[in-house]
Amino acid sequence: MSHHFSPDARQALGRAGFTRRSFLKGSGAIVVAFSSSAIVDTLGQAFAQGINGTGSTQLDSWIAIGRDGLVTAYTGKCEFGQGLYTAQLQLVAEEVCVPMNRIRLVQCDTSVTPDQGTTSGQQSHPSNFNTANLALAGATAREALIRMASAKLGVPPADLVARDGLVALRSNPSRSIPFGDLIGGQRFDLQLDRAATRKHPREWTVLGTSVPRVDMRDMVTGRFEFVHNLKVPGMLHGRVVRPPEVGAAVSSVDEDSVRDLPGIVKVVVKGNFVGVVAEKPWQAMQAAEKLRVNWTRGTPLSPQADLYSALRKQPARDTLLVDSGDVDTRLAAASTVLRSTYFHPYQMHGSIGSSCAVADVQGEKATLWSATQSVYPTRNTSAMLLGLKAESVRVVYVRGAGCYGINGADTVTYDAALLSQAVGRPVRVQLSRKDEMAWENYGNAFVIDQRIAVDASGNISVWDYEAWSAARGGRPGYNNPGNVVTGFLVGANPAPLVPRTPAPAPDTPLNNGFNTAPSYIAGRVGNSAQGAGVIRSERVLSHRVLSPFFTGPLRAPERLQNTFAHECFMDEVAAHVKADPVEYRLRHLNHARLSAAIRAAAKAANWEPRPSPRPGLQRTGRAAGRGIACVCYEGDNGYVAMIADVAVDWNTGRIEVTRLVVAQDSGPISNPDGMRNQIEGGSIQGISRALGEEVTWDDRKITSIDWRTYRTLSVGFAPPPMEIVLLNQTDGEAMGSGEASITIVAPAIGNAVFDATGVRLREVPFTPERVLRALRASS
Amino acid sequence: MATFTLRVNGRSHQVDVDPATPLLFVLSDELDLRGPKFGCGLGQCGACTVVVNGQATRSCVTPVSSVGQNEITTLEGLGTADAPHAIQQAFIAEQAAQCGFCLSGVILTAKTFLDRNPRATDEQIQQALSGVLCRCFGNGRMLKAIRRYASERTV
Ligand code: FES
Ligand code: FES
Repeated sequence: MSHHFSPDARQALGRAGFTRRSFLKGSGAIVVAFSSSAIVDTLGQAFAQGINGTGSTQLDSWIAIGRDGLVTAYTGKCEFGQGLYTAQLQLVAEEVCVPMNRIRLVQCDTSVTPDQGTTSGQQSHPSNFNTANLALAGATAREALIRMASAKLGVPPADLVARDGLVALRSNPSRSIPFGDLIGGQRFDLQLDRAATRKHPREWTVLGTSVPRVDMRDMVTGRFEFVHNLKVPGMLHGRVVRPPEVGAAVSSVDEDSVRDLPGIVKVVVKGNFVGVVAEKPWQAMQAAEKLRVNWTRGTPLSPQADLYSALRKQPARDTLLVDSGDVDTRLAAASTVLRSTYFHPYQMHGSIGSSCAVADVQGEKATLWSATQSVYPTRNTSAMLLGLKAESVRVVYVRGAGCYGINGADTVTYDAALLSQAVGRPVRVQLSRKDEMAWENYGNAFVIDQRIAVDASGNISVWDYEAWSAARGGRPGYNNPGNVVTGFLVGANPAPLVPRTPAPAPDTPLNNGFNTAPSYIAGRVGNSAQGAGVIRSERVLSHRVLSPFFTGPLRAPERLQNTFAHECFMDEVAAHVKADPVEYRLRHLNHARLSAAIRAAAKAANWEPRPSPRPGLQRTGRAAGRGIACVCYEGDNGYVAMIADVAVDWNTGRIEVTRLVVAQDSGPISNPDGMRNQIEGGSIQGISRALGEEVTWDDRKITSIDWRTYRTLSVGFAPPPMEIVLLNQTDGEAMGSGEASITIVAPAIGNAVFDATGVRLREVPFTPERVLRALRASS
Repeated sequence: MATFTLRVNGRSHQVDVDPATPLLFVLSDELDLRGPKFGCGLGQCGACTVVVNGQATRSCVTPVSSVGQNEITTLEGLGTADAPHAIQQAFIAEQAAQCGFCLSGVILTAKTFLDRNPRATDEQIQQALSGVLCRCFGNGRMLKAIRRYASERTV
């Protein structure tokens, strides 16, 4: 199959394990589920892959070792800028005991890598670095190699050690056998061994060190190949024409309007999906612009100013996460009840490169080069849209611009696939900036009511959370292509939202995966108490309503919105009882690791215990303050605390973040510099989202459609001095670090603004205009 | 269609394209260059930046017909992976990228600015980069890398 690919494409395939060399005499057994007869013939046998993201229980699905000792590892978790490729190389090097430069890591290609579902939710470390999957495969392989050497050398395995691609005698390291001589070119034919011993972080020599990103040189010298750079011979260029308004439908398309344009190949209409294909990208762009399409009017949108009140009025799907049953009576009986409402807008991923994909659909078969985070789910849903069998579609991950969740990568993959199918040739599609921004799956809008009661000693005795959030679609998963715009336009519906009121009583132990519950409640359901806190009178009730816009995971999805409300409200209560916000948090926690993170941040920040606002409040000029926020991310996937120092200008409403201190415990750290890079980027992105980012619309359409209408901080924004304390917990499990820090930026800033001014900000983003209004209202 | 001779990264190339075609498409589609990238197509982000006659230029809004015989340098024309330019080396040393998609704008804007203003202050550097976007928010490391390069080149 490789004969009709350009050198670039061949190179991409080569990286993915498809050069001829690798078939014939390369690195051992390549595991294949793709039904291309040529490949299956060459390889003999195709292994069954795990389904639905469960990885694979077979060692050969993860690791192959060639006669030359070269290790090929396969992973279903991909690099998109977070440093995971390098970290996974370190993992394989560490566990298999082979130098990093002797490893080839193949990521996310449905024809060769195990199905690990989606790379998201800072779940890659928990998935691949603990006791399963790639980590376990490495350990299983190492132990198998030692057993093979033991048989060959006639010494007990305990007398042998693996290192640098060899198994050697402990007593006489010069007596050794290279891996290639033990297994080279053959399959292990072993199941992953749950009893295989992972190396303890104390023994690590590669993991735990700041190995530089292996892709850095190619990136900074402009050689790195993004999906945007991919070339397939005979490739045409497509462009889509999205509806001008939300809910608009095609009434007619005038193909004559572009018939005479140079390079035009085809106008494609499928339901409300409209696209053009041309020889060159510029021609496709112009054709998309000139194509006359008559659209019906869209659905009227309720005014942006009414967003939060509208959310409360719609039919909702209600969920009770925790309910101690006594909240109403205890609130009614309490002498002090505090309440506040928090507002979080839709925000967008806004990838710097608009999304791009290349598709080659030939009859019954399709190859899709995609920056999707979910190659297997995308394979299945693309197959649904194309009317092909899932096994006949191959999705190869090729990196795009940083995505921070589900940007346009999935939808543009469908775009390319549909256009390629219509013309029978490979088609590359890159979205316009507007099509990216007007139709992506935004982070959900939330309105959150918080109520608490304070007891006689100033402690919180009741916590009552009630939230309304808007959602539509989301990740397509394995069978909902209508969860993103292209699928919807060709007629697939988003997964339905089925209203349900009242919510059934909670009957499973608290799972705080969305941080819906504050850290401070006990989280009692039945006999379990999975919360991180001590408050035993507790209710967490969510209402999910239908959004007019598509929504989906955006870095720290929902966790960020919920935590904003929890951490600001905790601060309000602490201020009300005149308690120090650090001490007050600790008082309500029952979680050693989160408490340790809070203490570490406070120590690094030289936190001086006192209540907020600061004494001697100044109500003019530049006022300075400090604020803290913290979270058990997803309940148990990273523990982080942040202290923000800010200066607020009473005249302009401008907030300047003057320092950030972050203390984070993500278990054993694979790559300290990589983790810092994630915490830094997450924190600054958090500042951008807290201070300026907000999706906007008018009565019919989205109006935040480019970088003039959607505010983001530029590279010229010098971030505040940042002190990052990494709490390396070598005895625990590995956790993620890409999303934890961003979760607590807005509350840390909001709390610092209160400390500085005595004015509470309850609505994100804290734009100068909004801050100024709040400041003026207070004086 | 019209024929243009472009001087890119020290070599001449003949292309036959619509004169209105933005330079970006010619570089990435006709000449297979990977450095400049389509980010917004509106001159708002910097991802498509190339150097034309010493000036950082947004190739997405620059018609190919306006370039003439001027020397064009893309990110890959600055240095190679084995022999990176000093500013690229500074980015490697600081590990100053995440996804890397924005780097043409960041690196070439900073370099051309420092070429003309070797003794620029931090504020001036920030000002020069105020129209360049990085959505991974590598700001801290990028500004550090740029300062590292600035101080190295002035010694
Ligand atoms: S792509 Fe040219 S400035 Fe954004
Ligand atoms: S490194 Fe990803 S946009 Fe800058």
